[in-house]
Amino acid sequence: MNKKEEKMKQKFKEISSEVRPTSHLLRNCIRAFIIGGLICDVGQFFNNYFMKLGLPKDDVSGWVSIIMVFIGALLTGIGIYDKLAAFAGAGSLVPITGFANSIVSPAMEFKREGFIFGVAAKMFTIAGPVLVYGIGSSVIVGIIYYFSK
Amino acid sequence: MIILNKRVGKQTVETPSKPRIIATASIVGPKEGEGPLKDYFDIILEDDLNGKDTYEKAESSMMYTAVNEVIKKANFKEENIDYLLAGDLLNQLTSACFAAKDMDIPFIGLFGACSTMTESLAMGSLMIDGGYANHVVAATSSHFSSAERQFRFPLEYGSQRPPTAQWTVTGSGAMLLGREGNFPYISYVTMGKVKDYGVNDVNNMGEAMAPAAVDTIAQHLKDTGRTPDYYDIIATGDLGKVGKRITKELLLEHGFELKDNYIDCGDEIFDHEKQKTNSGGSGCGCSAVVDCGYIYKNMLNGKFKRVLLVSTGALLSSTSCFQGLNIPGIAHAVAVEI
Repeated sequence: MNKKEEKMKQKFKEISSEVRPTSHLLRNCIRAFIIGGLICDVGQFFNNYFMKLGLPKDDVSGWVSIIMVFIGALLTGIGIYDKLAAFAGAGSLVPITGFANSIVSPAMEFKREGFIFGVAAKMFTIAGPVLVYGIGSSVIVGIIYYFSK
Repeated sequence: MIILNKRVGKQTVETPSKPRIIATASIVGPKEGEGPLKDYFDIILEDDLNGKDTYEKAESSMMYTAVNEVIKKANFKEENIDYLLAGDLLNQLTSACFAAKDMDIPFIGLFGACSTMTESLAMGSLMIDGGYANHVVAATSSHFSSAERQFRFPLEYGSQRPPTAQWTVTGSGAMLLGREGNFPYISYVTMGKVKDYGVNDVNNMGEAMAPAAVDTIAQHLKDTGRTPDYYDIIATGDLGKVGKRITKELLLEHGFELKDNYIDCGDEIFDHEKQKTNSGGSGCGCSAVVDCGYIYKNMLNGKFKRVLLVSTGALLSSTSCFQGLNIPGIAHAVAVEI
């Protein structure tokens, strides 16, 4: 590569870092806070409701997770969750509803490749890494806890 | 035997026999059909699946329709066409190959990512000028949903797009080239070099392709001795708002100033604020439908007389970007005049 090209590259880096728009960090944080908070409110509502019914505490958290995952999957299926996420960002990604979305959306998308090579094989393309490292690290923490007890 | 040297400067070829664009056809999806250029498209689909059961089949059927339509417009039949030059973004040119299988035309598949419109137009012009063909169809297509599933996330997956991200255009454009008639003709063809200036952000394709656009435009102007003012319109393919600004400023380094006659097809095709397309449109279909629709039709009605089409391509694959490689860019320029 000749000298002139190197000079152009340098100039290109200067111009592009100047021109490149950045995300609205504050705006995105506020949106994530509001929507993420509302999703958690829904979870808390079910939590309080089941507690009031007198369910044991361990059962309550199980039921709340099941309901929230169902809501996430349902909203994905009827095409609402992606629109919510475009607005909320991390606010809809971090709660357990986002996890449901990350599994249901590839399952829907790749149905066209069939139930074996499509749905089943592609279902965990997004959630897979979360599961591998989530379960992996919980095993490691468990072992440490076992020996340090 | 005398061989006429048609090469001009380093990368440009003159086409003295003036291959003509006899007809064009453009077909777009519903979102593009709501954009600012909607009046220039021939067919606007109401359903982006076009009655098919997969997006790949839908894209292929759009290309088939565009090619069919352009042949019909010129009052030709498939057997009058010597070659179909076509390509798209999907693996192994899925859309083009499956569109071509239903046609009675010899097929040459071209890959130039989103630069395929001017790549196929350039190759077609050279074939006609060289005497190797009398009628050629150059076509390309892209589809938002088929591109998303190949390069990004499932459609229903919830994610936020950064402001530099672009929106793949659902559309297909086809041009029919021939020798005769009072139609816009190709005067020069400048094939571009692949440029890698170190961009590896898949959400910022405009920036990745800008250096290639700059290099090809500058080389075209140097080779032909023209200035940017010579053209009524210089139209890059799909650099978007971000890439367009970079191109404008970087070309100053070569001593060329682009003024109001410079547009980017990706910047024009959507209303970015209203349609939430961030930096603009992208994909093979982007420059294809804008060139075949807006630009060609304005050449026929006399608004534009000299046009430089510069489709731009980001040469990445879903493998190369996961392996951390940069995104090389390419751009080919075709001068069209009437």
